[in-house]
Amino acid sequence: MVTLTINGVEVTVEDGTTVLEAARFLGFPIPTLCHMEGLSPYGACRLCVVEIGQEPKSRLVTSCTYRAEEGLIVRTASSQVMKARMMILELLLASCPQSKVIQDLASKFQVRQQRFRQEHEDCILCGLCVRMCEEQMMAKAIGFRGRGEKRSIGTPFDIRSEQCRLCGGCMYVCPACQLRCTYAEPDKAICGGCANIHPPCYIKEQFDDMMCYMDPCVACEIIKK
Amino acid sequence: MNSNSSVTDLCSTCNYFATCVYRQEREGPIQFCEMFVEVVEKHKEGYGGLIAILEEIQSKYGYLPQAALRTVAEKTGRSLVDIYGVATFYRLFSLEPRGKHLVSVCKGTACHVRGGPTIAEEFETQLGIGAGQTTSDRKFTLTTVNCLGACALGPVVVVDGHYYSNVKKSEVKGIISRSDVEEERYVIPADEQTFPLEVSCPRCNHSLMDKEHLLDNAPAIRVTISFDGHHGWLRLSSLYGSYNIESEYKLPHDRIVNFFCPHCHAELVGGSKCPECSAAMVPMIVRGGGIIQICSRRGCRGHMLDLNGVNV
Ligand code: SF4
Ligand code: FES
Ligand code: FES
Repeated sequence: MVTLTINGVEVTVEDGTTVLEAARFLGFPIPTLCHMEGLSPYGACRLCVVEIGQEPKSRLVTSCTYRAEEGLIVRTASSQVMKARMMILELLLASCPQSKVIQDLASKFQVRQQRFRQEHEDCILCGLCVRMCEEQMMAKAIGFRGRGEKRSIGTPFDIRSEQCRLCGGCMYVCPACQLRCTYAEPDKAICGGCANIHPPCYIKEQFDDMMCYMDPCVACEIIKK
Repeated sequence: MNSNSSVTDLCSTCNYFATCVYRQEREGPIQFCEMFVEVVEKHKEGYGGLIAILEEIQSKYGYLPQAALRTVAEKTGRSLVDIYGVATFYRLFSLEPRGKHLVSVCKGTACHVRGGPTIAEEFETQLGIGAGQTTSDRKFTLTTVNCLGACALGPVVVVDGHYYSNVKKSEVKGIISRSDVEEERYVIPADEQTFPLEVSCPRCNHSLMDKEHLLDNAPAIRVTISFDGHHGWLRLSSLYGSYNIESEYKLPHDRIVNFFCPHCHAELVGGSKCPECSAAMVPMIVRGGGIIQICSRRGCRGHMLDLNGVNV
């Protein structure tokens, strides 16, 4: 058991608990994007930053991957944290402005401007789908490829993977395309994401690019007919 | 490669027909050879084996064929996703067939300021391809790299493991035709010529000659070596063609040792493999321009000598 202080409140948690879990246990909200219960922590989106230690030696860490330590002092909403968080959201918004999940987070955290060039990426490389496929679906059909700016997610050789069971888990967790494939039922779509991106999902030749590994995509097939 | 012959009749994976042992032993067309299966068996144990497996496959085929990666997955029990991830992560690996000759032009900082980009451009125009591409006759693949560890010689170009130093724009054409026509031009039969070489470290350019100790009546080359937890000096004969050495520790036969510069303590490694036994080669700068590379395996006589503009 370790005891740590979060926003001035002492809490004792089991060894190995992450700061995020401890803070949520106390009810302090920390936004997350690449974190999901049941999947291993990955620390890709940096949205869950918190400040640890005492000023002036404090620093920012990702709470989803940082394990609680004895005597750790954590602040989840200091001005430094808020500043970093807003910047991260602004950057995420720039790379994937069509994502409903990111839009919602941005508005929740009062991000009122977006000063960077919009990229309209299909993927923010949060790795949720990769972990979903491996850890929950036991398939390992998709994974990271390449590195640096060429890093992408997909199946080996960009062809339909023999391991994929078309469970749709990857699409379910994806914050960038979560709602795209409801296009066939526009009423159900909250944001109509797939219809709004340009060019729309269903006229793209390669659904692979859309982070849709279900080849052929059921929804898109309906549209094409 | 003869592009006119119907490629589908032949083994479609191997770039180097001449060196394909499977072709020589077989009659009739080969669709695919199983050489890499042996490779997988060899490195199967331990997770670190994956890169070794891929490296060896690549050195045999010139690239990583899809079927080979699938076999690696099957044989090692690793998922194809992981293997593909590793294969696409490292620039060393290529999933596309490569040309017979691999030209790497250095665009690292030191070479950049000495005109590396101009050299790269010249290669692009001469070969008619961009960096990372292969000529349509499958003869040349052009890549740019970020430092080859021989900054003192910049701009550096490496063709099939042979280093060209201080390359000038006007020399590019010559380098291309030379590697195309005569691949073995620089390999001097050891028994025909012996002459002393004066060498220095490719990193710090400090001389490696030990004037106090003579080997074969010439100053010896002194380096630091390490193997099996031993760390000590090694003196090599500076006579080209002589394989005499003296060493602090007795070197077991066939042992691969790591070489270090005794001055800057950098490890002496290039990217090339010994043509005889495929152990790593140890590069050293030859005074007057050029590079000598010797095999890091005790007892192996593999070496490559590239001299600048000197006719040997
Ligand atoms: S749909 Fe296929 S790729 Fe996506 S999580 Fe399921 S098995 Fe993995
Ligand atoms: S939720 Fe912690 S880094 Fe994404
Ligand atoms: S910069 Fe070209 S060899 Fe180092």
